Amino acid sequence: MTKCNKHEIFSHELPTTPIDPETQAKRDAKIQVAMIGFCGCWGCTLSFLDMDEALIALLDKVNITRSSITDTKRIPGRMALGFIEGGIANSENIAVLEEYRENCDVLISVGACAIWGGVPAMRNVIPLEECFREAYIDSETAVPDAKKTIPFHEDIPTITTKVMPLHEVVKIDYFIPGCPPDGATILKVLDDLINGREFDLPSAMNRYD
Amino acid sequence: MVKIIIDGKEVNAEIGDNVLEAAAKNNVFIPSLCYVKGESVKGENCLGTCRTCSVKVNGNIMAACTIAVCEGMNIEVNEPEVTDMRKALVELLFSEGNHNCPSCEKSGRCELQATGYEVDMMVSRFPYRFTPRQVDHSSKFIWLERDRCIFCQRCVELVRDKATDQKIFSIRGRGTNARIEIDKSLADNMPAEQVRAASDLCPVGCIIDKSQGFDVPIGRRKFEIETIKERALKGSIDD
Repeated sequence: MTKCNKHEIFSHELPTTPIDPETQAKRDAKIQVAMIGFCGCWGCTLSFLDMDEALIALLDKVNITRSSITDTKRIPGRMALGFIEGGIANSENIAVLEEYRENCDVLISVGACAIWGGVPAMRNVIPLEECFREAYIDSETAVPDAKKTIPFHEDIPTITTKVMPLHEVVKIDYFIPGCPPDGATILKVLDDLINGREFDLPSAMNRYD
Repeated sequence: MVKIIIDGKEVNAEIGDNVLEAAAKNNVFIPSLCYVKGESVKGENCLGTCRTCSVKVNGNIMAACTIAVCEGMNIEVNEPEVTDMRKALVELLFSEGNHNCPSCEKSGRCELQATGYEVDMMVSRFPYRFTPRQVDHSSKFIWLERDRCIFCQRCVELVRDKATDQKIFSIRGRGTNARIEIDKSLADNMPAEQVRAASDLCPVGCIIDKSQGFDVPIGRRKFEIETIKERALKGSIDD
């Protein structure tokens, strides 16, 4: 992420209240996991929460750092696991995904969008110009008399021509298909990896919808 | 009866059976997409278009549905090289078309999807192409969703006009320009049962019966009740 001018301040640069050393030590002793959602619906993260009470046992072993649940904005160090949902649809997605690859030992693509583009990739068969035109110029729901314009500013991430799966941008280690995958499926994969077992998704748990 | 070897095990097979059927009768599953049990096309009992049933026969890679068993035949099904080739074939189909399972009415009763699960596909190793394909909804009863067509030609050979025996579906163009076409005037004469049968015959969600939507809840759909492998080994007749 680059700054456009010197007056900008990112939220992660603002001072925060330090955590007490005991809690911090407990967190540091756990397996570090970072999560993120790119172009998708956050359904996979909701499915992650669908683990219900199994989540409590999981959180005894893992510390979730950057994620939509914790609202931490930056990856605070070396991570064992990166859990990513959503496809790559703009320049910021690419930069952040590269940051995840640099800082995570293992990256997991979760859900249809991360694996092949999913619902957002439905725009891939339509020229980008036509998509913009439909959304901003010829929009059925446009405010009447408003100036019709396609938003463009250096602060707004550039939209990619096509929505890409994560593995076309960086190397991805494991894939959990599904739209979204069941909580039980996510638990099976995370539990195996956290406990040092091999990744194994049986065909009975595999699904694409 | 002839003796054949499947994955190193000597078993009996009926004369006249193809390798796919013989293996199923001996409890060995070979995935297939174009093969329709009990149907013959121009005297052949297979279409042989999809190649998803490829196995090694005496060391050579062949489509199991196209080969009749013979004495002493050595068939390798679950051998790593050919297993990966079958998986690659399924992955190619997923890359070539636009197979959006979450938005497809056929999901849960789609043979391509069910076969994907059987070959353990999580992601395609090939780049997803997103080729624009035109949907044809001009016919009264059938929605032709070209994004999903895998060119198995089941519909081309097996769906015919009752009165004239003319083909209702055809493939126009070659190579990347090939596309499935529907004869609108013949299709509009199809009785409701034939429309439903054509839709069920399609191994993907390309031929969609306009009167049928998402009518079975998730968890109770065809291949969720019984996987495609279980059905094939049991010899379930397609309903």
